[in-house]
Amino acid sequence: MPVVEWTSHLKTHFPVLGSGPLSLAGTTVAEVLADLERRAPGIGFYVTDELGRLRKHVNIFVDGEMVVDRKRLSDRVSETTRVLIMQALSGG
Amino acid sequence: MSGRILIGTRKGSFIAEKGSAGWKLRLAGHAGTSVNFLAADPESGGLWAALGFGHWGAKLSRSTDGGQSWADASQIKYPAGARYLAPPDPDEEQEGGPTRFSLRDATLLKLWVIAFGPGGRIYVGTIPGGLFVSEDAGDSFELNRPLWNHDSRGGDLFNGEGSGKTHWFGTPASEGEFAAGIHSIEVDPRDPERILVAISTAGVLETTDGGKSWRGRNRGMTNDYLPDPNAEWGHDAHAIQLCKSDPNHVWQQNHVGVFYSSDGASSWKKVSQPEQGVHFGFPVAVDESDGRTAWLVPGVSDQQRMAIGGGLFVARTVDGGESWQQLRKGLPQESAYDVVYRHALASSGEAVAFGSTTGNLYVSGDRGESWQAVANNLPPIYSVRFG
Repeated sequence: MPVVEWTSHLKTHFPVLGSGPLSLAGTTVAEVLADLERRAPGIGFYVTDELGRLRKHVNIFVDGEMVVDRKRLSDRVSETTRVLIMQALSGG
Repeated sequence: MSGRILIGTRKGSFIAEKGSAGWKLRLAGHAGTSVNFLAADPESGGLWAALGFGHWGAKLSRSTDGGQSWADASQIKYPAGARYLAPPDPDEEQEGGPTRFSLRDATLLKLWVIAFGPGGRIYVGTIPGGLFVSEDAGDSFELNRPLWNHDSRGGDLFNGEGSGKTHWFGTPASEGEFAAGIHSIEVDPRDPERILVAISTAGVLETTDGGKSWRGRNRGMTNDYLPDPNAEWGHDAHAIQLCKSDPNHVWQQNHVGVFYSSDGASSWKKVSQPEQGVHFGFPVAVDESDGRTAWLVPGVSDQQRMAIGGGLFVARTVDGGESWQQLRKGLPQESAYDVVYRHALASSGEAVAFGSTTGNLYVSGDRGESWQAVANNLPPIYSVRFG
């Protein structure tokens, strides 16, 4: 199963996740996020908007590469994929 | 008078409480997070905060223990199919015919204001212009569709393309996208089915049937930024507030001046007095008992949105805007350029309080005659409410 890690900022909001990483089910980034939502209800709306689009200041890396499909998160993941959810460097 | 002031800032929620030794301030939650609005439900005592995470988006937060701890509330989300009309992006390709407004799928851009009604009703105003209502003390929220589908914003866009034309335009307070926002929600204490809302940039609307239908309430409002100054829509009301004990008195700080209504917003009268500095600003507060008394914190103008002449003052009228006083005692009169946002001025009994984007919180216990600084180094203040 793909392995998912996330920024410590998200752990602050969803302590139920612990520090990770977590093995989650899914063949696409969207499916993996749906499994993450089952583990930590509400986290999906932190990462994506109501339309399922990746939020502008959030990045997801798939095996070190930035996700390509920010609209539907259809990027494919395999059993050995490492997915990393990070906030973009921004703010003030 | 409430002995507690709730302060939403760019970097957290603060609470000031009046004790025997004066006002004491504490960071009450959401450290480092933008808090656009912070208020207490007068019925339940619960605290509600409208957060704006730069990364994670707008989120609603609630506390049932006076701000000791907070948890995510049931989140406000635009339903599938909720759309609005907006000018097309410059890059957008449109097929055939003249250029027309584009249909956009709505997503929550900002949580801007929270209001409460009896029996567990909670109202949340948002950008891009949706009003969300809870009938169960915040366990769930739904978009008020009659307002979303109002003719003035193009009609029912859930089903079809509507009229193709909207009179709701954007507000600079929106984040990322220039979209309309509901910043004022005033529930009539005499009749909770009657609510006034104000929108930047559209105007004022009223429901008298609990939100099943809405009508414009902009008669007498003028607009310096449209070809027709007496147009029905397109008004940039910055804030409206009604008098709790006599809701026929309604006040409005608008982009083009100050307006007052003594007939429940059926008609408005411009009561600006530029020679007294009463013209531009964001917030307005109305006395709870006397609808002809109101306070403003004026700025210079649309082009210079800051305190006038380096001397901070609060303007007060006690006669429905016929005359205004400049109240300066205890406020800095040199090199002071505070800006006060639309939700950052409030009154409760004899007390008045306001906070500025330079992080200063001022409180008066004598209806504005004199002021004391309760804090000078807060993050930029977005919201001040007694509760």
